[in-house]
Amino acid sequence: MCEHCGCGLPGEAHEHAGHDHHDHDHPHDHPHPHAEPHPGPSGSERRTVVVQEGILAKNDRLAERNRGYFLAKGVFVLNLLSSPGSGKTSLIERMAADLGQRLRLGVVVGDLATDNDARRLQAAGVPAIQITTGTVCHLDAEMVAGAISRLPLEQLNLLVIENVGNLVCPAAFDLGEGLRVVLMSVTEGEDKPLKYPTIFRDAGVVLLTKTDIAQAAGFDRDTALRNIRRAAPGATILEVSARTGQGMQAWYEALDAARAGHASARPS
Amino acid sequence: MEQTLAIALEHAQREGARHIHQLTMRVGALSGVVPDALQFAFDVLTQGTIAEGARLTIESVPIVARCARCDREFEAEDLLGACPRCGETATELRQGRELELASLEVS
Repeated sequence: MCEHCGCGLPGEAHEHAGHDHHDHDHPHDHPHPHAEPHPGPSGSERRTVVVQEGILAKNDRLAERNRGYFLAKGVFVLNLLSSPGSGKTSLIERMAADLGQRLRLGVVVGDLATDNDARRLQAAGVPAIQITTGTVCHLDAEMVAGAISRLPLEQLNLLVIENVGNLVCPAAFDLGEGLRVVLMSVTEGEDKPLKYPTIFRDAGVVLLTKTDIAQAAGFDRDTALRNIRRAAPGATILEVSARTGQGMQAWYEALDAARAGHASARPS
Repeated sequence: MEQTLAIALEHAQREGARHIHQLTMRVGALSGVVPDALQFAFDVLTQGTIAEGARLTIESVPIVARCARCDREFEAEDLLGACPRCGETATELRQGRELELASLEVS
């Protein structure tokens, strides 16, 4: 499904339960005796069926299942969200290099078409699974459940899910993560949080990335921070550069604090 | 939209319906859904199904937030809206994220 931009058209990667087309003749269980005419378009009454079913209810259920599974395995999970090119993969590479001594890290990467990001991470020695989503512009809980079965979850402490680069659709899909992290780079407009408030609203952490090139980009830091704070009043806002390492320590401390809170929720 | 259609087809089948004439969706102002895009996806996806040619009706659900200070609910234009009485920005979202299939008209 992609309710949001109309991109979830036929030919995509999803599995579709309930999408069988019953346009051929086949025997079926009849709730009515055969003497009666089939209810059909000719002469049958139009009637209203009350459904009241949330479109995302199935995803929410699967996300809760993922969350319970991650908790049981002792794995803390990050869902990284941003526009394309905000530096998600670079951030993960830096984290793997910095944290590799004390944390065992695995990655699930969502991408529309290529496995370039997963290969980049594998080259850095990080177990990485690619989900190629085709025309679907977000990851959902079911895709993540399928991907993690291919990762050695018992051996990991931290699972980073790199979502598809998109600030709209991924906001609606809970994956079962412990912490939702939204990235925004200094090369993006300072008003981005105001344009996409929905995705910022649910962020636990907002990372302002590529701060090493802020000056060259003519970045207005005060305006950007004010806008982020407005759209994400509950989030921790941190400024980082994966290239120089500036600000990364503060990010790791926030990550450790979130992991500690998560671990205490684990049933003993 | 595909999930919506899947839910609709499932309910129609359960009802023994042969045609779906209309679908009514409730879409919150914060659901991230663009009604035009929804309509477009709907038209494409319903082709060849019992919902082909059906009408898609979208009921908009406005944003309602509760002010933490006044303890009252108010309707907001966007997520960034402050309380109209006291200007408090710490508000709790009560309504506006809805995305659901409300009803079907079938025969």
